[in-house]
Amino acid sequence: MQEKYDYLVIGGGVVGAMIARWLSRYEGKLLLIEKEADIGMGSSSANTAIVHAGYDPLPGSLKALMNVRANPMWDQLAGELNFPFERRGDYVVAIGEEERPLVEKLMQQGIKNGVPGMVMLDAGEMRSRERDINPDVSGALWATTGGICDPFQVTVAAAENAVINGATVLLNTKFEDFIWEGNRVIGVKTNRGDFFARWVINSAGIYSDAVMHKAGVRPEFFIKPRKGEYFIFDRAEVQIHNVLFPVPSSRGKGILVTATLHENTIVGPNANVIDDKEDTSLTKEGMDELLDGAKKLIPSLNLRHSIANFVGLRPMGNGPCYTPGINYNNDYVIEVPSSVQGFVNLGGIESPGLTSAPAIAEMVVDLMKDAGEEFVAKKYWDPIRPPRPRFAHMTHQERKLLCDMDPRYGRVICRCENVTEGEIIREIHAPIPATTYDAIKRRTWLGTGRCQGGFDMLRVVAILSRELGISPLKVTKRGTGSEFLFRQTKDLEVSDVN
Amino acid sequence: MEEKNFICTACPMGCKLIVRMEGDEVVKILGQRCRRGETYGRQEAIAPQRMVASTVRVVGGLHPLLPVYTKGTIPKRRIGDVLAAIRAVEVKAPVKATQVIIPNVIGTGVDVIASRDMPEK
Amino acid sequence: MLTKKQYDVVVIGSGPGGLAAAIEAKKGGADDVLVIERDVELGGILLQCIHNGFGLQTFKEDLPGPEYAQRYINEAKTLGITFLMDTMVMDVTSQRKLYLTSRDLGYIEVDAHAIVLAMGCRERTRAQVRIPGYRPNGVFTAGTAQRWVNVEGYMPGNNFVILGSGDIGMIMARRLTFEGAHVERVLEIQSYLSGLSRNYVQCLDDWGIPLQLQYTVKKIIGKNRVEAIEAVAVDDKWNFIPGSEEIIPCDTLLLSVGLIPENELSKKAGVLLDPVTGGPYVDEHFQTSVPGIFAAGNVVHVYDLVDYVSMAGSEAGRSAAEFALAEKERSARYIPLVPGKNVRYIVPHKLDKQALENGDISLQMRVTKPIEEDVWLEVHGEENSIVRRSERYVRPGEMVTIVLKPKMAAEVEKAGRLTVDIYPKSEA
Repeated sequence: MQEKYDYLVIGGGVVGAMIARWLSRYEGKLLLIEKEADIGMGSSSANTAIVHAGYDPLPGSLKALMNVRANPMWDQLAGELNFPFERRGDYVVAIGEEERPLVEKLMQQGIKNGVPGMVMLDAGEMRSRERDINPDVSGALWATTGGICDPFQVTVAAAENAVINGATVLLNTKFEDFIWEGNRVIGVKTNRGDFFARWVINSAGIYSDAVMHKAGVRPEFFIKPRKGEYFIFDRAEVQIHNVLFPVPSSRGKGILVTATLHENTIVGPNANVIDDKEDTSLTKEGMDELLDGAKKLIPSLNLRHSIANFVGLRPMGNGPCYTPGINYNNDYVIEVPSSVQGFVNLGGIESPGLTSAPAIAEMVVDLMKDAGEEFVAKKYWDPIRPPRPRFAHMTHQERKLLCDMDPRYGRVICRCENVTEGEIIREIHAPIPATTYDAIKRRTWLGTGRCQGGFDMLRVVAILSRELGISPLKVTKRGTGSEFLFRQTKDLEVSDVN
Repeated sequence: MEEKNFICTACPMGCKLIVRMEGDEVVKILGQRCRRGETYGRQEAIAPQRMVASTVRVVGGLHPLLPVYTKGTIPKRRIGDVLAAIRAVEVKAPVKATQVIIPNVIGTGVDVIASRDMPEK
Repeated sequence: MLTKKQYDVVVIGSGPGGLAAAIEAKKGGADDVLVIERDVELGGILLQCIHNGFGLQTFKEDLPGPEYAQRYINEAKTLGITFLMDTMVMDVTSQRKLYLTSRDLGYIEVDAHAIVLAMGCRERTRAQVRIPGYRPNGVFTAGTAQRWVNVEGYMPGNNFVILGSGDIGMIMARRLTFEGAHVERVLEIQSYLSGLSRNYVQCLDDWGIPLQLQYTVKKIIGKNRVEAIEAVAVDDKWNFIPGSEEIIPCDTLLLSVGLIPENELSKKAGVLLDPVTGGPYVDEHFQTSVPGIFAAGNVVHVYDLVDYVSMAGSEAGRSAAEFALAEKERSARYIPLVPGKNVRYIVPHKLDKQALENGDISLQMRVTKPIEEDVWLEVHGEENSIVRRSERYVRPGEMVTIVLKPKMAAEVEKAGRLTVDIYPKSEA
């Protein structure tokens, strides 16, 4: 492959998708490469889904700067990209009198970061906000600008908008090395061939250190995965309405109990640094940790009502603080390195990475401008990514109209979450196509209810097989190597069963 | 003398049977609580029988497989051969329930019949 | 095509419970019986239970599941019952209105005089059992695997470990072996067999598949597809016994860890559920806490023999028909009272024609405007006058009463609705 691009983004997480979207506003051929079978399969789809207010990051850090700059962008973003987003505010809850000063200190830090709309609540007020809160609550910080979203929907919406505006997204395409001309990066080698570009942007998440080292940049920078495990609770049994944080510790923001936009409650994450960047396994110790943490905020929470778990890895980097002189070394790296031409380097974009993504995208473009790139704005850039109908959220009348318009919406495939065949087919043929079971699950929320795929799995495999024109034996859960079916029942070389 | 142990399947109770044999002859049965258990123990010790249920390939039907079963029991040691015979067969839709798919399978005197109707696609 | 919008009895689910209910409802005198099935054909879970063991009580025969279902399907088809396949019930109200959706019909509403809930149950899933490790492909409930192997014609693995000695797990152990797969082990967390000992003999013992009691899965190994499971022994309190771990290589883990009655729709209809069974509270007729809504089969509690499910379904169907007929007769006796000329409203809004035979019924109303002259107050049907009396005047501030008397019952009987007009005598 000898395709020549202007901009090439490595990594299809929320940051890469937002960068691609922002770059798509300008003239130039744009390519985003992603090594997995779907966009956003790394940290971007396995996090707490919070759009942070910004009181938590250290003042003077790039994390704080990006967080506070990005937070107000989300209303417009949600409107343009049509993903679900709500500002319910964050609560940092102090349990016991000794925690109250810590929460007040957090508010001060937020003021220093420039966070608007923060209010201190007393215990009684907090109890009225969340009925089942620990009775030992002594007060809370209410940061009204905090919000919740579906992080995968955000990622896929941004990526689709980039595609609508002319970008190319290649899935199953893994970066292997750079292509050089002197000290200028002119392209990348991948498992699917070479791609040439005037600019290459490293947005590889948990592997961003490996990528930048291939460019000889920051050999001392390393990403260590910080594992976060989560529980999801049955919405019929557990109704938490708010986003509840405990008082943070040195290990991070702590184990939250939070409502989600799917009306479930999730508990998590814990924070354990591990070595293996592919280790997304759930642990017994982790589950115990989660339960203890959850009970601190909501003592009545019962494990019996959990219906699922998930695990995310945060790309914790050892980048120095953006503001020199501050003793902090887990900050973001966002730079155009002086040692390499044609390369934008990002590393360590952990929390508040999701929140910061739109501001990071703007910063990347600004850095490229500073480095001499002359952008020409496209005459017609469409900021809108149109919404797709969701049967589950429609009224009876709306459903009737939808079914009359396209009978495939009349066939319900996931009974627990009311997802129809019409929606599934739409996602399979979307601008970023969903070609695996998990890809459809992330987009439609099917299979996440009480039966966890018991009814829909067989039917989705059949639909994928039909729509993609492949044998059911080739349909996968999350990409090659995760096929469902091994052979036909009657296909047998070994004929004796004794 | 040989002693064989079985769990009786004549009814859900599952009595633990001990069958004492001299060569091919049953000398004593212990542990049964009813006559059906005694019958079961004797049969199981001398010539255990089983019903076999499986599926055959169907062409042109609503589904690719048709469930079938032996209308009666066959010797347990020949289950593998019965399954091989079933695997070798392919039927064409439509099929009616109880239709004979393999008469007298492997000479056992027992037919393999269809468990359900299988309409055409 | 669905021609009717109102049915005497609607049955949700065409498994053994639903089919028996529909048949008995029709035989019990219900004219319009509708069965709604979300799968493409009738029969429910029996269609994938191709092994024998069904019908020993009902038919005195040892039948496989599909044939047991076929007998009921055949009978149901001769009775003129309406069937909707590939159709999902989205909502049921306590007023017995159902919202259905399917590719052919779109999104439609149907009303029922009585409903029988026969949705069966679902399988307990992996996450509810909270097994640590990855979430690779290859962890399936036994029922999902059963459908793939027996109906769709695909093998979801080659080397299996089965967690749970429930009947479905043991049956699948044999089934998979019959189709050339290898079942390495069956693990059971309790100290006793979960299912029938007959199945232990014919599915595990016959085939040399080891059963380990008081064992469970400690971890699932494999990122994209199961590569192994880590088994571990447990004590009576289900605590892991350290040092007893064993890594068992496999590519599939089947879960046979319990069934849960499927009552989402029941909840929507306001039916009260027993937290112990997971199913509705029912009386001896299988009527739930909502009048006219009945429930039968695994949706009420998990049965062991399908024969008992059919018996329950029959009773529920019979009772549903009885309720529907009484309901129909009762609602047929009701006629609306319609405000006519110058009448703003009338209370009651409807009356039971039969009730008039037993005593007076007072109609209370108000006028829309004052009429300060002699007026007629007239109650009439479509073609007959029931009663007429006069007043000197009528005013909105003063309630007006007309009494219907038993002697008027014969005339009222002829009417489909009663209208009350109030008008000046000068306009008569």
